[in-house]
Amino acid sequence: MPVRIQTEDFDIGREIAALRAANTKVGAVASFIGTVRDVNDGNAVATLTLEHYPGMTEKALEDIVAEARSRWRIIDATVIHRVGELKPLDQIVLVVVVGEHRGDAFAACEFLMDYLKTRAPFWKKEQTPEGSRWVDARGSDDIAAERWVKPKQDVA
Amino acid sequence: MIKVLYFAKLREDLGKASEELALPGGVTTVAGLRAHLMARGATWQSALEQGRALRVAVNHEMAEPGTPVHAGDEVAFFPPVTGG
Repeated sequence: MPVRIQTEDFDIGREIAALRAANTKVGAVASFIGTVRDVNDGNAVATLTLEHYPGMTEKALEDIVAEARSRWRIIDATVIHRVGELKPLDQIVLVVVVGEHRGDAFAACEFLMDYLKTRAPFWKKEQTPEGSRWVDARGSDDIAAERWVKPKQDVA
Repeated sequence: MIKVLYFAKLREDLGKASEELALPGGVTTVAGLRAHLMARGATWQSALEQGRALRVAVNHEMAEPGTPVHAGDEVAFFPPVTGG
């Protein structure tokens, strides 16, 4: 279960190929990419700087992937998150989940993003024409993550 | 000794990214450490005050006010996370 924090860009095609590599059990690939927008809360965004907590970030992401594995029947997952300075159109985050069937792959992919947004120690700072500002956490992200708090019922 | 880290806006407000300090006498929990740091002065008081959204991790795990703090621990204070 590769978890990577990096300044470089990523290539989703290459990551999916690596995750599927010669695994004939894989019947479903679900993925999500988060990208930088040029407007946030009404302000033009010139660049975005991502800070993180080295050491804890990797552990938090590995814990989140382990949690997804315990809840859904998936085969493997990749999580890549970029840090440093990014600009509009850049890719920020990638989640890929491979499994036997789409239902669990879709659900695990969405869960990984929702938990990453509320539990992994990353912080965004935006540079706008009015100056720089730290992005505020959104209540909607907490609500999205809370959807998953009830353990998934196991199907007998 | 414990290592204390500050991130993002908190790091900027405090003008400090990390420090090592002897575990103050009587401090046994996250809440106790927070109160000890707030007593340093107005900047610390306002940056760490109750009610302000603040997250704490002990040894890379998210912590609660009652989480124990021991010598040798790494304690991090930071705002709610905004990655993804």
